[in-house]
Amino acid sequence: MSTAKTGSGYHHAHHYDSAEHEYVSSKQGVWLFLCTEILMFGGLFVGYAIFHHIYPEIFKVGSKFTDWRLGAANTVVLLGSSFTMALGIYYSQKKEQSKAVAMLAITILCGAIFMGIKYIEYSHKIHLGLLPGSWYTADPASLVKYVGDMEIPSNLPMYFSFYYMMTGIHGIHVLVGMGLIAWVMIRAMKGEFGPHYYTPVEGVGLFWHLVDLVWIYLFPLLYLVS
Amino acid sequence: MASGSTASAAHHDHNYLNHEKGLWSWLTTLDHKRIGILYFITVALFFLVGGIFALLIRTELFSSGQTIMTADDYTRSMTYHGAIMVFFVIIPGIPAFLGNFFLPMQIGAKDVAFPRLNLLSWYCLIGGAAVALTSLAFGGADTGWTFYTPYSISMKPAVIWMVMGAFIAGFSSILTGLNFVVTTHKLRAPGMTMNRIPLFVWALYSTAIIQVLATPVLAITLLLLAAENIFGIGFFDPALGGDPVLFQHFFWFYSHPAVYIMILPAFGVISELITAFSRKTIFGYTAIAYSSLAIAAVSFFVWGHHMFVSGQSEWAGVVFSFLTMLVGVPTAIKLFNWMATLYKGSINLSAPMLYALGFMFLFTIGGVTGIFLATIATDVHFHDTYFVVAHFHYVMVGGTLMAIMGGIFYWFPKMFGKLVNDTVARWSFFFIFMGFNVTFFPQFVLGSMGMPRRYFDYLPEYEYLNQLSTIGAYMIGIGFVIGGWAVIQGLLNGKPSGPNPWGAKTLEWTTASPPPHENFIQQPIVTAGPYEYR
Amino acid sequence: MNRGSERSVMPQMKQQLSKQVKRAMALGAALVAMLADKSVLASTLMPPAVTKTAGEVDDIYIFLLVSSLISFIILIGGMIYFVVKYQRRSATDKTAYITHDHRLEFAWSFIPLVIFMFVFAWGWKVYHDMRAFPENALEVHVMAKKWDWRFLYKNGKEVTSALDAKNERVPATMVVPVNRPVKLIMASEKISANSTDPSDRPVLHSFYIPAMRIKQDVVPGRYTALWFEAEKEGDYWVFCTEYCGAGHSAMKAKLKVVSNEEFEKWLSAEGGGEMSLADVGRGLFGSQACIGCHSLDGSRLVGPSFKGLFGAKAHKVEGSSVDVNEEYIRESILNPNAKVAAGYPPGVMPAYAGQLSDEQILALIEFIKTVK
Repeated sequence: MSTAKTGSGYHHAHHYDSAEHEYVSSKQGVWLFLCTEILMFGGLFVGYAIFHHIYPEIFKVGSKFTDWRLGAANTVVLLGSSFTMALGIYYSQKKEQSKAVAMLAITILCGAIFMGIKYIEYSHKIHLGLLPGSWYTADPASLVKYVGDMEIPSNLPMYFSFYYMMTGIHGIHVLVGMGLIAWVMIRAMKGEFGPHYYTPVEGVGLFWHLVDLVWIYLFPLLYLVS
Repeated sequence: MASGSTASAAHHDHNYLNHEKGLWSWLTTLDHKRIGILYFITVALFFLVGGIFALLIRTELFSSGQTIMTADDYTRSMTYHGAIMVFFVIIPGIPAFLGNFFLPMQIGAKDVAFPRLNLLSWYCLIGGAAVALTSLAFGGADTGWTFYTPYSISMKPAVIWMVMGAFIAGFSSILTGLNFVVTTHKLRAPGMTMNRIPLFVWALYSTAIIQVLATPVLAITLLLLAAENIFGIGFFDPALGGDPVLFQHFFWFYSHPAVYIMILPAFGVISELITAFSRKTIFGYTAIAYSSLAIAAVSFFVWGHHMFVSGQSEWAGVVFSFLTMLVGVPTAIKLFNWMATLYKGSINLSAPMLYALGFMFLFTIGGVTGIFLATIATDVHFHDTYFVVAHFHYVMVGGTLMAIMGGIFYWFPKMFGKLVNDTVARWSFFFIFMGFNVTFFPQFVLGSMGMPRRYFDYLPEYEYLNQLSTIGAYMIGIGFVIGGWAVIQGLLNGKPSGPNPWGAKTLEWTTASPPPHENFIQQPIVTAGPYEYR
Repeated sequence: MNRGSERSVMPQMKQQLSKQVKRAMALGAALVAMLADKSVLASTLMPPAVTKTAGEVDDIYIFLLVSSLISFIILIGGMIYFVVKYQRRSATDKTAYITHDHRLEFAWSFIPLVIFMFVFAWGWKVYHDMRAFPENALEVHVMAKKWDWRFLYKNGKEVTSALDAKNERVPATMVVPVNRPVKLIMASEKISANSTDPSDRPVLHSFYIPAMRIKQDVVPGRYTALWFEAEKEGDYWVFCTEYCGAGHSAMKAKLKVVSNEEFEKWLSAEGGGEMSLADVGRGLFGSQACIGCHSLDGSRLVGPSFKGLFGAKAHKVEGSSVDVNEEYIRESILNPNAKVAAGYPPGVMPAYAGQLSDEQILALIEFIKTVK
């Protein structure tokens, strides 16, 4: 799309009146997109609520295989990254380029730490054969040390279906978010943002906060449910 | 209605069609009008494919027993007819094609809010279709377009491809809806208040809200269905403790609002046609505008009427029956308002108006038969019979497709600057309208008699009505061939149309035909409502 | 907006419309007279109604048909009338500038609403009767699979489809007595009971008797039910109405309604009465070791007694209460910890999922029903 130069010297697309007009329109678009994300995760949460009501025991037993310390660590990492993301927006707006880039880089690093911890958790479960649905191959004898004297429910695999679907789709969002942050970081390095134009950083930031928010719900639902 | 209009631009050489040249300029275009044309071509091609499947189905059903294909091929034809027509024709049909082209023009904008997303949405549709049709290489999906579990979780790769195709096409719908909401909110011309936007824009706006809010639920449902096929996650599989009826809840939570994604834009087109060809202001602008929003709102709470006999509780059935009845009221309001608009008008029976009047005729039948199905006791008899097939074809084909055809012939001069031969276009209407009634009216009777839908074979006593129905289907086919011919003839040899051949009042008619690259040479300033015929 | 011109045209418009309405009502009245004769409707549009419920459904159907015709005539009659009357005469025609009329708009919102609410309430009432299962109905078990129906009677009699001499399929015929309520308990099963092929799984079907205007989905993993009371003897079709694959349209059965005596004779003839479902269940009660934990005389063993259990309302289970029906017994056999009877420890009874066939579970349920 061709861009027009206005008096202030900042670019905005030709079909908007001003940079401000483009900014508020884009922001509304991002919020609408976040609505679609919430509704999509909403479908999973509704499914969770229904099956938790029917089979509370599988969630009780299933959560024994998660390590709440790793989950809590991830929660802290993501919350921290939301904070650095907010600072990244702040510095982009102030045109303090090196600080903005540093904050965005820390945010990406936090995302990477989160995915690293997820990798440890996943590989532990895969090693035990705790896979979703019909791929579940765990040997009951090897599970005793996690569940103690609790009985292993016959449809325990469904817990892992929820576990992998919910954390998996969330994980994909973390990866996409990291990519988007990298994109705005490169643009920030080129000095494209300033007080009159920081829409992409702000939009990506909103997305990142949503990813964080979803995890804040996933953590108790999957780790602390017992 | 607008000052600063640019009729002089009619003599301007540059328009959106020759602004840039070459195939590549089309495939990378960010101009909403060109993207609209891309959708036109795409949807027309899918309609051709879906229509061929329809004729195959009707040919097979011409006589009881096997006629031209096996039961296996029949179930596949039925699945592809339904899935292509729903996901790739009727849903993108009006919003993404006519809406893309005319929503920005009708509110005096230069483009939609997010042109890149707009182009991306077209690629999502193409990509979705490519993935969905890949299923043919795996023997074809045979689940019906509704993908009911557990039949659809038998680990057939064709089903996974089909489901993922619909999933990707869903993003096309979400992006279009998102674009329209923001465009309507933020890009209206000076003076274009929400009470002055044309009713087509109101309809698209209501549709867009549904697209944004409902499609993500379909997305997660289809994703879960694919995961069910690949991992056996068990949510919908009774063998693993899941609930097959849960899938129906998830599916219809999207797919019932989706019915209004398909019909609301058609209401918008009809409002435009009725006023333009009566040369009269719309009767009850506010009522029509807000009834669209009302339908959009209620549409989210009626999904359970697809499950009256699925084993849901009596109370659930009764509540859904009640809410479904409520949809009837705003729908009736619209029909009466259109009728009242005709009163004391100056009615021009050109092809687009014939399509609009045909819409009213067929949609009224589609609407009242909806009450038969909303009434819970009668629905138990009609559920999943040909009565339902006839009902939703009266709404989706008699409604939406008639509106698309009317809209094409109405806006053709604006899109291409040329006139369609009205006589040929009227002949297409005649064949489609007659053929439609011959095809689908007998199906109401078949349904009353108890013939279930998705039947490859039927009792001999249903045969003569089925034969009538098949003959009608061929008449519809002829009608669309004539309609296609009218469009091609218009493109090749149409006489120049001038900026406003119909004397219509909305903003798109104040600029040149075809419109210049940025729609208006000067920014339109709006000082009055959209239909000021005085 | 020009209020003056609007006022001057509105009375005329209303006059026109009321004329239209009068014509429509006259025509409607004639149609009512024609359609209200139920025999006309029955012989042309619907299969003959053979239950009281079917007659009630037809009454609503006739009402809807007539009111739809009237609204169609008002709307489309009005439309055609206006189109003819106000056709464009010249390119400079003046048209009326009418933006709205609140009274008219209220009328055409409110009147449809009243009609819709009336039909809704009427439909609810009839539906309520459809779903109100009578006590002491004759119970028949219906098993659906791709693509056939079979019927199990309590005395062990089983009806399946067969092949005739020309190798053409003769659909299974369910025989029931006239003027006696019949309750169908329906389940979906695999094509082959012992198959481990993942593509052979129970799917959705729907049991539909057009002559009785009733229909109910058969849902894998649970029981659904349907009842009717035939008032006329005769042969009627049963269709599958939930798409279930290529053989969907071939999945038919016959329903034969006969006199009570004829029915009893048929029921005790070949295949019937030798080993009832409850007898099979009694055998399983012993061989599957149920007997170790559940008494038949009301005394408390490890688990609750079966005496008087079936049909108990608001039976207390951990955290809530349930009505003891087929579905609850089935769930308690397959997944005992889902709803444990109050006062008994969970995790004691082994899950019988995969241990018992669908038919053995049915037999156990029938046996438990007999322990009064």
